[in-house]
Amino acid sequence: MNRTVAPQIKDAVELDLKLKPYHKFNLDNGVEVYAVEAGTEEVLQLEWVFRAGNWYEDSNMIAASTNSLLKNGTHKRTAFSINEHFEYFGSYLNRQCSNETATVTLHCLSRHLPDLLPVVQEIFTESIFSEEELQLFKRTGKQRLEVNLKKCDFVANRFIDEYLYGTDHPYGRYSSAEAYDALTSEQLKEFYRQYYLNGRCVLFIAGKLPADISTLLNRHFGTLPLNQHPIPEKQHIIHPFNEKKSRVTNDAEGVQGAIRVAAFFPDRRHPDFAKAQVLNNLFGGYFGSRLMSNIREEKGYTYGIHSYLQNHIQQSAWVISTEAGRDVCEATLKEIYIEMLDLREELVDEEELMLVRNHMMGTILAELDGPFHIMAKWKTIILNGLGEDYFYNFLHTIKTVSDEELLELSNKYLIPENFYELVVI
Amino acid sequence: MIYFEKFTLSNGLRVIVHEDPSTPLAVVNVLYDVGSKDENPEKTGFAHLFEHLMFGGSINIPNYDEPLQLAGGENNAFTTNDFTNYYCQLPAENLETAFWLESDRMVSLAFSEKSLDVQRKVVSEEFKEHYINKPYGDVWFKMRELAYTTHPYRWQTIGKELSHIENAKIGDVRNFFFKHYRPGSAILSVAGNVKIAHVRELAEKWFGDIVPGEMYIRNLPVEPVQLAARKMEVKAKVPLDALYKCWHIYPRTDSRYYCADLITDILSGGGSSRLYQSLVKEKQLFNSIDCSHLGSNDAGLLTIEGKLVKGISLEDADKAVEQELILMQDSLIAENELQKVKNKTESMIAFEDMSVMNRANSLAIYELLGDADLMNSELEKYNNVSVKDIQAEARVIFDEKNSNTLYYHSEN
Repeated sequence: MNRTVAPQIKDAVELDLKLKPYHKFNLDNGVEVYAVEAGTEEVLQLEWVFRAGNWYEDSNMIAASTNSLLKNGTHKRTAFSINEHFEYFGSYLNRQCSNETATVTLHCLSRHLPDLLPVVQEIFTESIFSEEELQLFKRTGKQRLEVNLKKCDFVANRFIDEYLYGTDHPYGRYSSAEAYDALTSEQLKEFYRQYYLNGRCVLFIAGKLPADISTLLNRHFGTLPLNQHPIPEKQHIIHPFNEKKSRVTNDAEGVQGAIRVAAFFPDRRHPDFAKAQVLNNLFGGYFGSRLMSNIREEKGYTYGIHSYLQNHIQQSAWVISTEAGRDVCEATLKEIYIEMLDLREELVDEEELMLVRNHMMGTILAELDGPFHIMAKWKTIILNGLGEDYFYNFLHTIKTVSDEELLELSNKYLIPENFYELVVI
Repeated sequence: MIYFEKFTLSNGLRVIVHEDPSTPLAVVNVLYDVGSKDENPEKTGFAHLFEHLMFGGSINIPNYDEPLQLAGGENNAFTTNDFTNYYCQLPAENLETAFWLESDRMVSLAFSEKSLDVQRKVVSEEFKEHYINKPYGDVWFKMRELAYTTHPYRWQTIGKELSHIENAKIGDVRNFFFKHYRPGSAILSVAGNVKIAHVRELAEKWFGDIVPGEMYIRNLPVEPVQLAARKMEVKAKVPLDALYKCWHIYPRTDSRYYCADLITDILSGGGSSRLYQSLVKEKQLFNSIDCSHLGSNDAGLLTIEGKLVKGISLEDADKAVEQELILMQDSLIAENELQKVKNKTESMIAFEDMSVMNRANSLAIYELLGDADLMNSELEKYNNVSVKDIQAEARVIFDEKNSNTLYYHSEN
């Protein structure tokens, strides 16, 4: 047997990838429910996505705080008894607040769903945001923030967003002790009333679903005053920094620097987006990428370096992110720009491009495995308004984008002068 | 119930196959029975550094990652105190690529100086990123040295100090490979859209002729029973005081392990857990508090760690924790409370088993513990624990003499 010869492979680009279709229905109040029935285990995931992200708040941290304190007490139950109820059934009720949306996610064994939904309903209709819970939230939040502010990566993530968008914009805003102090329970109650109680909501459910799922959901959520009012149109102006290069010393004794390099990129609906995803993979999107091969595997400057396109709905940015040894931060930056230059000047060879195509297809195959993964794909498509054929168009782009198109794209977007550059030590 | 088949090749390699036709993927998981506990105390961090070197080219294949990526695959690895695990996931059609790659690095690495030189730096940056450049990043170096006087769990997987990694030599790499990376020390677990007969054929073809080599006999120093409480105090530039405590518990295969595991869930891990409710919500002494255990194969540690509310003294916070532990020893917990953590365990297992990668990985780990089929009796063992068992074990574990306490003072 000759071990130097690789076994035959089926090129992943030839895989016939299918995104399992969802089933859609509406509750009596018009709330849309997207359902994917799949999987081998008797579990499910149910997500309530509200248009209640920080895009809609009138002052800093209201949206995130409301989301976080949703399950900390209703007229009938204390925070403890709510937690005890979900935990007794071995379920997890998590909250997450993003820029446009705020989500509540339930993971449970499918058979427990009927016991859990009444309490979720109660949370969406009777949360009280008590003064006591808010005070505790403020104190623990502020003290946790103080610890996080000692970390160069945490600080760098905040600053780079601020440089791009400005702190008046939801994408550039971040938490602070002052913002915690200014929170009042009246503000949270008002935000809750407008954006949850009378808000706009979409449901996503995936896994092994009970046969009567639509009846169950309708009973608990179909009569709520959701989706009855249009949400207010909010406009936010981006105020980018003038200065492109910044160096921040957060810890004089730090042994590493957090490097962030970022420039604007249009949103997901832009015709360049799919092609840029391929270019991004090549550049810094996976373990075999140019940045990783050069800066980690060749130079050993870092444990990891990545590039990505931000996941915002309205405006994206192309970001390169790494933590590197303190004395090699500047050398790392130099190499990042060398890799950009190379992509602008040289056509990628067919072998490397094939590698990237195959790797992306293989990754998508893995991302389609299991009900929660399938739903995650649909959720992105639906919440970004991308259209049903988005997935297949994206596959088509991966298979067909040419070396010349990638070169053109590099010359359009990977321009060092357009990038903000930050090192936090 | 996870169905699988098991066989052993003539060179000692154990093979486990789990068929799941519902996925288009295949997972190939190779676990080597070597972890940081097998290291020389003067050369710690080596098992983990070695894990990095496993990607630096093997005897016949100069680059591991590229052919796998070309086949649409993805891989990674991790090292623990007990073992080192490598896994790749790829379209099931390309299963053989993984066999080719994994078997060649079991035949022999290329032992490239360049790879060693670069990975020493990469691991040093990993060390800095996670353990030096983070507030409280050094705490488990200190806690392990306090709790273990003898057993090699005294050091963490990343190693005791940067210099051990920086001083690694190519000769060390070669010796380590031929001592620990032989087929008899490995478990190959294959799962996903695969057929048992085909996997058997591929295993014989690619792994069958690898020389067995000399079998490593593990002979680790035994940790003596701790006879008196231990305490330590440190000061560092961190914003908040923090309290760390730990107690010796049981090996992974001991029947009392399940009881200890459930005790950690009763104490923390959810909004209705005891420590959170009492010490964060009611008494407001801590901003956060967590209880867990190391999850090691040999006798491990049950741990409690919390960050204090400013203005609260470490002594008062410590006393309040002790009170909660005494409560658990003095009175039986409610049946409902025990049922809650059992239910949590049941759903955690179901969620973990959704992923074919997790199943492949778990099968290999349970085989290392003695039998892959242990995976299927876990839930039953948790369900057999009674409220009386919880009380009895709480009395043994939380015995003052068995405790190790670290006061981590803020200098600010």
